[in-house]
Amino acid sequence: MPVEMRKEFFANERDDNLNEIGKPTQRQDILGHVTGRSPFYDDHLFEGLLHMRCVRSPHHHARVRSIDISQAERMPGVKRVILARDVPRNLNTLLSLLDFGLDDEPLISEKKVSYKGEPVCAIVAESERAAREACEKVRVDWEPLPAVFDVEEAIKPGAPSVNEAYPTNLFVYHDKYDHQKLRYGDVEAAFARADHIIEGRYQMSPIEQAPMETCGAIAAPETNDRFVCYTSTQALFFSLGTAAKLLDVSSARLHFIGGTVGGGFGGKVDSLHEPMAILGAMLTGRPCKYMFDRVEEMQVGAPRGAERWYLKDGVTRDGRIVARKFTGYFDSGAYTRLSSYAIIKAVGHLPGPYTIPNVYADVYCVYTNRTPATAMRGFGITGVDFAIETHMDKVAHAVGMDPIELRILNSYRDGDMKAHRRLAKNTALVECCQVAAEKAHWQISAAARHATSLTGGGGERAQLPAHTATDQQGLVPGGRTGGYARSTKRKEPDFAARPPQPAAPMPAAPAPQRPAASIEPVPSAPPAPPVAPRAPARFSSSISGLRRR
Amino acid sequence: MAKKPVQFRLNGDEKAVFAAEGENLLDVLRRGVGDLTPKFGCGQGTCGACTVIIDGEPRLSCITLAETVEGKAVSTVAGLADGARLHPLQDAFMRHFAAQCGYCTPGMLMAAKALLDRNPRPSREDVVDAISGNLCRCTGYEAIINAILDAASGASQNARRV
Amino acid sequence: MARHRGKGFSCINYPIGMNLGGDPSQALVHSNPDGKFMVALSSIDLGQGMKSVTRQIAAETLGVPIADVYVDTADSDTGPHCMGSFASRGTHRVGNAVIQAAQEARAVMLEAAAEELEVNAADLVTDGKGNIHVRGAPSRAITVAAACGAAQFKQGRTVSGRGIFLIPLSDVDPDTGEMTPVSCFAHAAMIVEVEVDDETGDVAVIEMNSAYEVGRALNPRLVEQQLVGGAWMGMSHALWETTEPYYPDRSHGPIDFNTYLMPGPGNIAPHNIAILERPAPDGPYGGKGPGEMCANPVLPAVANAVFNAVGVRVDELPITPEKVLRGIRAQGGARPQARR
Repeated sequence: MPVEMRKEFFANERDDNLNEIGKPTQRQDILGHVTGRSPFYDDHLFEGLLHMRCVRSPHHHARVRSIDISQAERMPGVKRVILARDVPRNLNTLLSLLDFGLDDEPLISEKKVSYKGEPVCAIVAESERAAREACEKVRVDWEPLPAVFDVEEAIKPGAPSVNEAYPTNLFVYHDKYDHQKLRYGDVEAAFARADHIIEGRYQMSPIEQAPMETCGAIAAPETNDRFVCYTSTQALFFSLGTAAKLLDVSSARLHFIGGTVGGGFGGKVDSLHEPMAILGAMLTGRPCKYMFDRVEEMQVGAPRGAERWYLKDGVTRDGRIVARKFTGYFDSGAYTRLSSYAIIKAVGHLPGPYTIPNVYADVYCVYTNRTPATAMRGFGITGVDFAIETHMDKVAHAVGMDPIELRILNSYRDGDMKAHRRLAKNTALVECCQVAAEKAHWQISAAARHATSLTGGGGERAQLPAHTATDQQGLVPGGRTGGYARSTKRKEPDFAARPPQPAAPMPAAPAPQRPAASIEPVPSAPPAPPVAPRAPARFSSSISGLRRR
Repeated sequence: MAKKPVQFRLNGDEKAVFAAEGENLLDVLRRGVGDLTPKFGCGQGTCGACTVIIDGEPRLSCITLAETVEGKAVSTVAGLADGARLHPLQDAFMRHFAAQCGYCTPGMLMAAKALLDRNPRPSREDVVDAISGNLCRCTGYEAIINAILDAASGASQNARRV
Repeated sequence: MARHRGKGFSCINYPIGMNLGGDPSQALVHSNPDGKFMVALSSIDLGQGMKSVTRQIAAETLGVPIADVYVDTADSDTGPHCMGSFASRGTHRVGNAVIQAAQEARAVMLEAAAEELEVNAADLVTDGKGNIHVRGAPSRAITVAAACGAAQFKQGRTVSGRGIFLIPLSDVDPDTGEMTPVSCFAHAAMIVEVEVDDETGDVAVIEMNSAYEVGRALNPRLVEQQLVGGAWMGMSHALWETTEPYYPDRSHGPIDFNTYLMPGPGNIAPHNIAILERPAPDGPYGGKGPGEMCANPVLPAVANAVFNAVGVRVDELPITPEKVLRGIRAQGGARPQARR
């Protein structure tokens, strides 16, 4: 069955007569793919290539009493044994490049491990096999510690502390709360008036991105006192900046090459391999490859993290959802990586593509003794969409409505106010529902068939709630001064470690595509965020609520 | 580690390399001979990205000991095209947009070639069976199945587009 | 013991890009003296088609044939900064940066052509076939190659352009969650039909019917690749995949593809797709970004279809035969719901 283009929808909003846009042009990279000549990172051959493997924790949570590398160092083919002390700046958080969150994760751990598979030592050897055999000879004296695996157990008083930067196992948002809040209207008052209350609990287990090419990087000294790094990263400058920071080296000395990647799906953002491979090249003066094998990819490489969602809906007899409340837990694993960010994305997405006058959410980023989680296709949204849409089916069942008609009734339309307090525009949910129903021969009512995203929105639906119930639950004591965290204040970020900026800002004037006029309209009167030039001084500004200083 | 000489034909050319004890064919092809077309996907024999053809049979080079190909004929995607003219499978993969990241493609093509070499008019089920050991994370397989059916002589009417 | 058919529905929207960190991408475009253009990026193609879609966007904006444009990515020495390929930002952010860079390069190209033709650059148009001519007077023309050659050998101009797309940082209110999270939303609706075996708990996907609204299908075949493959992944997430089958118990974790389960070529279902296009005002030629959202509707649609087939709600992913069977047994047998 061919894919069909339904050109009759929104036809007056498009110019369908362009030269190249809309054409089924062949992929630029297809010839390379079918001849096997597309250059993936591992397809770059180096004379004298060394291989890196890691010694990993067999425990979910343990203190490291000592590491004995004497036998390993004497193994044939071993060129270098690398420990935490060899990493110049051995603490980072991936989003420090956006100045979001505390540095909480070492590249190679020293005194404590918080997940099974956490590296405490790396060995660089002549062959992968020699590196593996030497890893077997490293003797680590472990002191196992109590571990916690369930998100709701992890945030109870007395639970083992997983992450030293966040001792209560909760990320702290905006120096203020131990969760991200969404407050829009008053859900409790609306629940009291609703005809039906429908509750649910939803769980998504961790999922592996499973790209066919495993994560990795090859680094080599270049003749000009720089290091070239061939990488499978999904984010070239993210990885470059992370490597520059951890290795305390100027980004000018790093030359990253990638862009042809054997699948990513979110699993190649974490930037662990590039600094490791470059460190190996720095310490040996030879080309060095660090690559996950498939076992590591499955159990050490960060998965799409688990999420648990509790939903509660208040619904009227005729199927209108008048209140929706979420409590969400993202299982970040042992370190933050990107989970903190995904929660903000998720909260901005709630309550899904529906216009609901009262919405409430508390969403927690929780640390547990498992592999740190990271991005995956649909990050921050896939789990909660599963919850919302399964819940919608229950709501339809409870009120005796057709599931599609229920969606169309509650669908957001152009001009509606959303719970993150911006007006909806460019919506098309209703039409998608209608077309899917038609294709599957699923009968829906005439009213549902005739609805559109262009009509029925705005007006009263554009208004902010007259009253929004707010609260101070989850306030982190001392958070406002930045003193809640156990660790001392962070060092001033190394400007050189961040992506290089042009010496002068790019001219902004000839930029018809700039979004100035296309940001969602701000309906009430929150002060428009000042558009500050990007400059080193930005760390003292409070432009973004995301920023931790 | 002791190394042993191994001699075999690769895409019609004689090759002689030294392989370490226990070294697999994938490493010997990629680093010993410099044929980078077979890919490392798992090293466990479970994904098919390293599929090559040895004496007419599809084999997983990551779990094939290099020394076992002594005197045998090994084919990879590097030898699939006839000079500048693509093999019908390569052409069909292009026309059907049957590759996205392209990492599974070389192994997929070799599994498909092994099928068509022994069964020039496969059914859809034959194709599914032939590539069931080759994983693809991008395409959802439909375009790949259709491309292989299309490439098979006289079988193009079996192809269906999703 | 029997097999039961059921249909489930879901619909979703998906945020394109994230405005929360400031989120820039850049592009550089230049031509050689033959009027052949190179787009330099540091963005990543991980199979989604970054090289291909930016090539089309550049060719469209420049007004030259696609064969005269190539995209080079990603080398940090030559490609300007890009945040990366994630959060459905590639097409939207990089595409806009490429438009800006191509517009700047095109303006130089037209000025060079104007000087050669002794006309006003504002009166010139491109035909997309390698020619530049006066609007309404196709005979007063110069080739792109001649214009670019003249620019570089006679006039001393670089036919080049710089582009950046940056959406300013968005504040997030700690107390209400007020924010400007994204620039636009893609949409989808999905109906999945399943067959559930009430003896084994096995769920087979029989058919998928979907409608995806993608802003603009900049290349319909690339969109099709994403939607077909993405829905396969959604089906896989719904029924097969996890690294921790008894989460939060850490045991029984898969370590290879024999134990990490995904549907193979024999498990796929026909998927009938409709593509709708409501251009995003700030998207490149209206494009949004289909790559991530395409998987999402499948998960709940499968769960809802299982309920429709046997009356069992499995609210924990993945929906394994074990969970389905336990549900069926707990309620004393399959309870098929209303047929649709």
